[in-house]
Amino acid sequence: MVRGKIVMKKANIWPWLYIAPALLILAFFLVYPIINTFYLSFLDKGSESFAGLSNYIFAFTKKPMLIAFRNNLLWLIVFTVFTVSLGLILAVLFDRVRYEAVVKSIIFLPMAISFVGAGVIWKFVYTYRPAGTPQIGFLNAVLSKFPNFEPIGWLVNKLTNNFALIFVGIWIWVGFCMVILSAAYKGIPKELLEAARIDGANELQVFRRIIIPMMKPTIAVVATTMVINVLKVFDIVYVMTNGQFDTEVIANRMYKEMFQFHNFGRASAIAVILLLVIIPVMIINVRRFREQEALR
Amino acid sequence: MKKPLLWIVVLVLSISMIAAFSLAGCKAKAAAEEEAVVEEEAPAEEAAEEAAPVEETRAGVVTVLGTWGGDELTNFQEAVFPFTDETGIGMAFEGTRDLAAVLTIRVEAGNPPDLAILPNPGQMYELAESGELVDISQFMDIGELETNYAQAWLDLASYNGTLYGIFYKVANKSLIWYDPSAFSAAGYEIPTTWDELIALSDKIVSDGKTPWAIGFESGAASGWPATDWIEDIMLRTAGPDIYDQWVNHEISWTDKAIKTAWEVFGEIVRNEEYQYGGSTGTLTTAFGDAPAALFTSPPGAYMHRQASFVTGFFPEGLEAGTDYDFFPFPSIDSAYGTPVLGGADLIVVFNNTPEVQELVKYLATAQPQEIWATLGGGFISPNKAVSLDAYPDELTRKMAEMVVNAEVFRFDASDLMPAAVGSGSFWTGTLDYVSGEDLDTVLEEIEDSAVDAY
Repeated sequence: MVRGKIVMKKANIWPWLYIAPALLILAFFLVYPIINTFYLSFLDKGSESFAGLSNYIFAFTKKPMLIAFRNNLLWLIVFTVFTVSLGLILAVLFDRVRYEAVVKSIIFLPMAISFVGAGVIWKFVYTYRPAGTPQIGFLNAVLSKFPNFEPIGWLVNKLTNNFALIFVGIWIWVGFCMVILSAAYKGIPKELLEAARIDGANELQVFRRIIIPMMKPTIAVVATTMVINVLKVFDIVYVMTNGQFDTEVIANRMYKEMFQFHNFGRASAIAVILLLVIIPVMIINVRRFREQEALR
Repeated sequence: MKKPLLWIVVLVLSISMIAAFSLAGCKAKAAAEEEAVVEEEAPAEEAAEEAAPVEETRAGVVTVLGTWGGDELTNFQEAVFPFTDETGIGMAFEGTRDLAAVLTIRVEAGNPPDLAILPNPGQMYELAESGELVDISQFMDIGELETNYAQAWLDLASYNGTLYGIFYKVANKSLIWYDPSAFSAAGYEIPTTWDELIALSDKIVSDGKTPWAIGFESGAASGWPATDWIEDIMLRTAGPDIYDQWVNHEISWTDKAIKTAWEVFGEIVRNEEYQYGGSTGTLTTAFGDAPAALFTSPPGAYMHRQASFVTGFFPEGLEAGTDYDFFPFPSIDSAYGTPVLGGADLIVVFNNTPEVQELVKYLATAQPQEIWATLGGGFISPNKAVSLDAYPDELTRKMAEMVVNAEVFRFDASDLMPAAVGSGSFWTGTLDYVSGEDLDTVLEEIEDSAVDAY
């Protein structure tokens, strides 16, 4: 903010007029529903009488919800770490490959599929058939070529199912991270890297000491975007396991409460909690983005 | 620039406040207006119908929402065809497996289908309570209904004394399917008691084979076949009276009677050797795919417990009676004999228009039920006017007879319970139990959710 010289600016209403339609739509379809949901979260199941904080107490104390929170945390850590780091590594590596555009397109392709479609694809990949019968699940079919392999129920086995689902998420989103990080990587001055190599740094040192620090703002933005995405994960879980066998996530729980159990109070409370969790991350994201813009 | 930002925020908030209050007021007014319009139209249409000759094409289309698809849908459309032929009123059917969600959205949006075919009365009770359903006794001939349907069916379709729906497609659930040729080839005999059933299962295991083909997977509805098992067992270990108390949550889920039933269930599903593919197979196999294991050569499994509609899922080319047959779920406690557990689809009405009235009246008659009965697919009619000869084969006739002649008949419990339990914690609880969780923990969790739901 410039505090030194105060210039009296004429009230410029034209920009506001141009964005007024968008603002109105936002107000109707975003702000009003948010306020309404917040209001409903304090009412009971059929939105008839006041229920105080009981919906929130339910959300924080009942076992299905606690499992959902735990899983979201697991998704948060594993998904974000892997998408960003894999995206980064791929971005750096593909820079040196001949058919870079083709390879990148292939990695980015899963983003073009709907998440439900991806869920259905991977549900078939993870399919289990009893030992001794033809394995129609791709993963079990490939692994059954190894001796002494018993087919595993990837989506049913509690040790593997969460990671199986997270892997699908990573498969979808790693292309997105890779593309953005690749653009940032290409923005690093080549002379810097060359100078480092001439000075005797090996590739790993170049990567750690120069590339990552130079890309920090972008990595931060990508990471926070992934965090926002993963907190909302729903389609993958709903299609593949419907939250069964300890794979429940918050968004799926909200869907169940709303549409299967018709408990509008609880569904609203869960939605509000999700919103409150995401807001700080979004604030960080916007701030980082602004910082990055300021650097240009 | 802090000031403009503040103004913008205030502007947006105030717009949304105004919108909220005005919409709240508008919705009530709009609903009232809509009703007035429909009522005005109805008498005008009725007059036109009576005056016009039958051949005149009418724009009437009745929208129906249901879970049926594939063969089930084709059969239903064939059953309705004579009606459309005669009256010119079409039927637009929308099928979805996630009926609860789609119906909720439509109802909340003020755009319900004319008719909905609910797979469980539990949802009907909820809808009736919130006043969404039409009282069909307003236009149906109650006398005719009472003649053709046993009082139990009418009671189940009522809420607080008002009749809201008609039952259409009954399923007999207390059946165990087997391949007679496979049984005779291996020298097995049909068990008539639970002890004999377990003995037979042990015998099959010691012969190096797997006795049971079980599949509990069903997308968002996974677990419902398991609840059928437990309900059958409850009827046979605790009797119909305790069963009714259980349905109405007059006894806790942790009660000994219920725990015993689950433990009996566990004799099958907690035994890895009994199940085709072990418990993982049971949990991952879709309910429609499970019986296929009975018909491979050599057979992958020998028995499959499922409702009458499963014949629609059997592999092509099988002949009823020779390639597959059923025996009733055996008795466990001889005091309770062999009751019949059943389920049925319930047709409910949201919009009271003349076309809808005519369609509902038609569906309650014997004609559409006979048509579907002849088409097979395990369809059993609750309508007494449907003659047993309408059923295409001896097998379906046997099933229908079981239902009609049952000493004790009970409706599927999970279909009667409120959704949070009957389509929620009960389903997921069974899956948890099969995957190895401690029974007391499972029952406590279901009880927890039941306390909230009832």
